[in-house]
Amino acid sequence: MAQTDVHGPPTTKTGPPGPAPWAARPDRAFTRDLRTVKVLWRRETIRFGRNKLRIAMGMVTPLMFLLVLGTGLNSALSEDSLRDFRAFLFPGVVLLSVQAPAIAVGASIVWDRRSGFLRQMLVAPVRRSAILVGTCLGGATSGAAYGVLVLLLGPVADVPYRPGLLLVLLQVVLVSFAFTALGVAAAVCIRRPETFQVAVSLCMMPLFFLSGAMFPADGLPGWLGAAVRLNPLTYAVDALRRTMPGDGSAAMGDRAASPDWWGWTPPVLVETGLIAALAVLALAVATRRFSRVE
Amino acid sequence: MSGRTAVLVEGLRKTYGTHEAVVDLDLSVAAGQTYGFLGPNGAGKSTTIGMLCTLIRPSAGRAEVAGHDISREPDAVRRGIGLVFQESTLDGELTAEENLRFQADLFGMPRPLARRTIADLLDLVELTPRKDSPVRTYSGGMRRRLEIARGLLHTPRVLFLDEPTTGLDPQTRVAIWEHLHRLRAEQEITVFLTTHHLEEAEHCDRMAIMDRGQLVVEGTPAGLKGVVGADLVVLRTGDDAEAARAVRERFGIEAEAGAEGVRLRTPDGAGFVPRLCAELTVPVHAVTVTPPTLDDVFLHYTGRTIREADGPQQPAFGPRR
Repeated sequence: MAQTDVHGPPTTKTGPPGPAPWAARPDRAFTRDLRTVKVLWRRETIRFGRNKLRIAMGMVTPLMFLLVLGTGLNSALSEDSLRDFRAFLFPGVVLLSVQAPAIAVGASIVWDRRSGFLRQMLVAPVRRSAILVGTCLGGATSGAAYGVLVLLLGPVADVPYRPGLLLVLLQVVLVSFAFTALGVAAAVCIRRPETFQVAVSLCMMPLFFLSGAMFPADGLPGWLGAAVRLNPLTYAVDALRRTMPGDGSAAMGDRAASPDWWGWTPPVLVETGLIAALAVLALAVATRRFSRVE
Repeated sequence: MSGRTAVLVEGLRKTYGTHEAVVDLDLSVAAGQTYGFLGPNGAGKSTTIGMLCTLIRPSAGRAEVAGHDISREPDAVRRGIGLVFQESTLDGELTAEENLRFQADLFGMPRPLARRTIADLLDLVELTPRKDSPVRTYSGGMRRRLEIARGLLHTPRVLFLDEPTTGLDPQTRVAIWEHLHRLRAEQEITVFLTTHHLEEAEHCDRMAIMDRGQLVVEGTPAGLKGVVGADLVVLRTGDDAEAARAVRERFGIEAEAGAEGVRLRTPDGAGFVPRLCAELTVPVHAVTVTPPTLDDVFLHYTGRTIREADGPQQPAFGPRR
């Protein structure tokens, strides 16, 4: 039924002349990927910076844990052990503050899918993995911004301002990136916003409680102990705690022990490497799912 | 004959399991045309657009868009097309200008060029005064205008509009079409649009009707209406049955008496009415003459009206959904 008479020979199948010269000349793949990453990163940071209320609300939970939980336990603990507990809790609070914006980025992907914004990006001549990496870096940046805000509260928990805090900051960026990558991977696999919310809150609670962030986890019985060792957050919390200036790792007596693998305690570098590996794995899964064409 | 083809489709097919969404589609759109793709919901229009835009992989067949093969050179196709989806695809947190800049950056437009083009396009769609407000504060019509501007940003050769006026009130729909006509006047661009509003197909140079995954007919709106050919004349008389019989006997025209009166089709309806009134012996109360509509065309080729095909939940002409 098509009008076959307008089919020209292949050489004449061109549209109207003169799209802009830059469009006719595709740039090198690497340049393009880098640009895509930058654009997506900027979008996330603009969105983050614009929502001041969200930033304020994101700080409420960590502050509650640090100040209210600490004070609430005042009656149960002696003055000294209360200070100890705050120092003990601090790395976990940092993680808690980093987690929210990172997950929010995952949620934004789910919403982008629903709103169609995602489709709009998918039809741009860019690599899909670059879209994801840029988004994750954006999430890592907003997560790290929260991390900095919480780290500024360090003295409250006997964590002094020392150059060592910069190392902590690097870890925060990494952990934040890993969280975002996990959130993004979940978002790519889960298509409905409602399901995503439920899945995330279902996962985050046990992950936090079994990470040694809230209480020393080394005294837990068999299967819970195994869960603690399998929990990636355990290593994030421990790495932060051991890098944190001050004597947080010694707080709570000997009971804030690092996780051990059959009697061997992995050094901070190995723990950090685990987090990085997890981030890469999550990103790889997300990219594979995301790059699939219908 | 220009010899330049903006969209060329040969034997394109998409199956989902056992469901055939698009069946052996052949299509050719000349550069510079506005091409309407008409059909009820679920006819396969969006699937076709998805394939032409490289978002959906065809099960069989091939297509060339803006001079490039959709399967072998998807990136080249993507650089050559602009796209406005059925649903709003803007970032509500960003302003109009930021949304456009995001797109310009994704396509790697040089900054000065991007800035100029964005300013021009915002003027074209009359959003310049609101360019710094977050898009979530925009009305449906403003969003759609912004999306059209975004679709044009990287000077594509082909602009795909998937149901560009769905969800808009009638005034806004008219305004969108004014913008599209202005665009056509200012730039040489091929516009490929889907719609299930028959009256919108009137804006197109050529159109195709799709139903159940298949191309039913293709041609100019006037040509398609010409096939159906005749004006519809409806008479209300004192005795419809007698009048219908008289029309059949005296003029040799098929006429039936129904609930709304006597219906008949004749090429020159207006010229026929005086002769008809002179010949009829029963009193004539009222006569209406309607030129053929695309609804008639759809009915003619598919045996259903587009409203029936759409199902009751989505009336094509009813209140906005």
